[in-house]
Amino acid sequence: MSSAVSLHHSDAHVGHDAHHEHHHHETFISKYVFSQDHKMIARQFLITGIIWAIIGGLFSVLFRLQLGYPDQTFPWLEDILGHWAKGGKIQPEFYYALVTMHGTVLVFFVLTAGLSGTFANFLIPLQIGARDMASPMLNMLSYWFFFLASVIMISSLFVQTGPASGGWTIYPPLSALGDASMGSKIGMDLWLVSMAMFIVSSLLGGLNYITTILNMRTKGMSMTRMPLTCWALFFTAVLGVLSFPVLLSGAILLLFDRNLGTSFYLSDIVVAGKILPNEGGSAILFQHLFWFLGHPEVYIILLPAMGMSSEILAVNSRKPIFGYMAMVGSMFAITILAFLVWAHHMFVTGLNPFLGSVFVLLTLLIAVPSAIKVFNWLTTLWRGSIRFTPGMMFALGFVSLFISGGLTGIFLGNSSLDIHLHDTYFVIAHFHIVMGVASFFGMFAGIYHWFPKMFGRYLNNTLAYIHFWVTIVGAYLIFWPMHYEGLAGMPRRYYDYSTWVSFRQFGPLNEFISTVAMLVFAVQLLFVFNFFWSIFKGRKVTSQNPWESNTLEWTTPVSPGHGNWPGEIPEVHRWPYDYAKDGRDFIPQTEPIGANESHSH
Amino acid sequence: MKEFFLVAISVMIFVVIFQIAKASEYVSVLKGEEKSRKQNNKINGFLLIAFLVFGMLGAWYCNELYFKHTLFPQGSASVQGEKIDLMLYITIAVTGIVFIITQVLLFWFCYKYQEKDGKKAYFFPHNNKLELLWTTVPAIFLTVLVVFGLKYWFKMTSDAPKDAVLVEITGHQFGWEMRYPGKDGVLGKKSHKLYNKPMGNSLGVDFDDPESHDDIHVSTEMHIPVGRPVKLVINAQDVIHDVGLPHFRMKMDAVPGIPTTMWFTPKYTTEEMKVRTGNPDFTYEISCDQMCGQGHFSMKGIIVVESEADYLKWLGGQKAEYATLVKKAEDTAPKTDSTAKTTAMIQPALSNNQ
Repeated sequence: MSSAVSLHHSDAHVGHDAHHEHHHHETFISKYVFSQDHKMIARQFLITGIIWAIIGGLFSVLFRLQLGYPDQTFPWLEDILGHWAKGGKIQPEFYYALVTMHGTVLVFFVLTAGLSGTFANFLIPLQIGARDMASPMLNMLSYWFFFLASVIMISSLFVQTGPASGGWTIYPPLSALGDASMGSKIGMDLWLVSMAMFIVSSLLGGLNYITTILNMRTKGMSMTRMPLTCWALFFTAVLGVLSFPVLLSGAILLLFDRNLGTSFYLSDIVVAGKILPNEGGSAILFQHLFWFLGHPEVYIILLPAMGMSSEILAVNSRKPIFGYMAMVGSMFAITILAFLVWAHHMFVTGLNPFLGSVFVLLTLLIAVPSAIKVFNWLTTLWRGSIRFTPGMMFALGFVSLFISGGLTGIFLGNSSLDIHLHDTYFVIAHFHIVMGVASFFGMFAGIYHWFPKMFGRYLNNTLAYIHFWVTIVGAYLIFWPMHYEGLAGMPRRYYDYSTWVSFRQFGPLNEFISTVAMLVFAVQLLFVFNFFWSIFKGRKVTSQNPWESNTLEWTTPVSPGHGNWPGEIPEVHRWPYDYAKDGRDFIPQTEPIGANESHSH
Repeated sequence: MKEFFLVAISVMIFVVIFQIAKASEYVSVLKGEEKSRKQNNKINGFLLIAFLVFGMLGAWYCNELYFKHTLFPQGSASVQGEKIDLMLYITIAVTGIVFIITQVLLFWFCYKYQEKDGKKAYFFPHNNKLELLWTTVPAIFLTVLVVFGLKYWFKMTSDAPKDAVLVEITGHQFGWEMRYPGKDGVLGKKSHKLYNKPMGNSLGVDFDDPESHDDIHVSTEMHIPVGRPVKLVINAQDVIHDVGLPHFRMKMDAVPGIPTTMWFTPKYTTEEMKVRTGNPDFTYEISCDQMCGQGHFSMKGIIVVESEADYLKWLGGQKAEYATLVKKAEDTAPKTDSTAKTTAMIQPALSNNQ
């Protein structure tokens, strides 16, 4: 059925493409701004994501300045930030705004939109053999809703009372009551509206990715012949489509509580000396709604990185990915389990201990598919012929970080240990390594690997290796010692630890971490420079298949036009991982099975 | 001026790195793609194995430096927390082994199987036995961790013993209030609607309830006896807070409208801890562990753990809140001799609502 549909589809496009040059009179606006070409939309997502990443990273540099040097003043900060940094010292309100926006921006705008938006858009049609997404129009709208969300979120930085400052998890009542915090005034409304737009964008994108993968695969491309990237992006889209609406409903109820006097999350509150009339609501309800998205969100961020790393590891080991079906199966298991573990973020909210125990069991269950993935990656490397391209370096870094950060999840998922570690720096170390840095590494791997396809040029290798080595060493130097701070019970989201007998011994360590963080941030700017410079001035790609890869995107011209293949869409005859088979280095998916070929896979 | 120089130097470093990178790209083009790839391969293969070695050494060095700053060398200050410490050590042992094995394999494979002339990759798409092995082994280890974890979890979250010392702790922006039940052992009713800070009733205690008349209200500092179970009833007035007691390995959110509880048995008095930690400034600190607004980082409480005798002595020296407030109300109010009226003065909100 599906192949019939796609066949029909490709037939319909053959004639169309032959006249491509004459038909479409592409203006600047239709080509670069309101483009419906999935590749252009991917580039738009990527560049917007990079801009957001710089902003989000800058926020962290600013609050690390406060954490690392709590006694010092920086007069230039006042020049830039005005009263938010009175006397050259970041004010607590602004510190919390920075922390909140850092989380929001990186979790949603960079590692969700920037990552899935870029690579799902770019890779799905190219790797499954489709001319474009199922609905190019919705795809375009998906980007522009994201853009709108970005504009609203940016604008919240400039309102008088400042942006949202209750943490990226925006727990009410803090986020519901303007009297409880400056950031809970207009900044919070803007945050909620921006996130609503963002969710619309994410849903439009996700539905499109799912539809495209299910219906528009080229002839011969059965589901089990898809590269693992497409599988990962497929599961990511499913997660997003099923969980984001729950956050939307939670956010709408919060908007009601804030502006219409409802009591969904509010009960028995006295704030700033005022007795509020709200009764019967539950602050915990919001946490359930939030984490019902919030936990799948972790996998929305992680799965694309897993998929891309799997692909890049196989290509550069010149070996098939080990255990393809187990890889798909474990991603499926992760997708299902992702919906069943949300309350492990709430072990110390007074949750019923029995309910907690169920979530402990389900949470630790996720370690099984994760372990399968890790060992399969390791076996993929075993007896390979590994090429350390920049993409490969980041994919390897991803595996290392995924192991390091994943194992600490076993500490936190066990409720009895979580009592001590909850909301400490241990948590920060855990999720920054496993979800933050690891996903960034997956994203970098993807950028370095597919940059030649995106822009027809290479990124500079030397800068890439410098970028990799400083980033991985820096990431471990920043986050590894934080585990120790967490074991000492040092709480998250503190503006200043120097008055605490229990935590002030970490002052020098915090200073060290801040210094490394700034260095790592500077090297990210080096990457950004490499990125933009190489778009225009990078070494040109001359061969169609620079990494000698099997997948379909490398059968397109070096810089494919709208429609991807100038002629007919190629037919697929095999899975994408026939590397080193029968003594041949690689066999592209488009090559028919030979008469003497050994039977495998 | 200093900042200006810093920026200038950073820009210069950027330019230098960029020039080197550009030059090396020209060189690699001249050398040919394959040759330069192999050269990069060698360098990075070596760096990866070096990273493994120095990374492991670094992890060990980090442990040397900072383990003594965590709370674990001094041990848990509560009986229940000992289980958490044990759980931590079990988990570190299990995950530590996995960590070392997987990281060593990862970097060693990278080094060993890097591209070499005349060596070909081995076609090895799957192997059911191997995959079964690394599905079941982690599953078994995790079962062990879950079983231990849940055993301790249920112990810790069970009901407090009947003879436990009862203390109510209430979080507000940005501080902690404690209430002791007095001689009757029962805390009087309270309601947020009775809140009346100007008159002193900041907790909203219902003084029409006779059980509230002997309740004691203190701010910030909680006194508890050593060696006896303590049960905390946890409230919040405005936003969510969290009673974090790292030394006792205890933590519980304070949620407005939903009282929570936790209990533990302190093992050491504050004075004993000063000796154990070698820190004469030692105090048990209550840290707010749930983001609660701009003063979150300063929301500190103190717990004084002392001998039973000292505790009782301290408790005996405290005045019931009712007595202090009534007296204050009588002093400020025009003399009318009805106690009902003075009670009404303390809690006008209740009168209005009735």
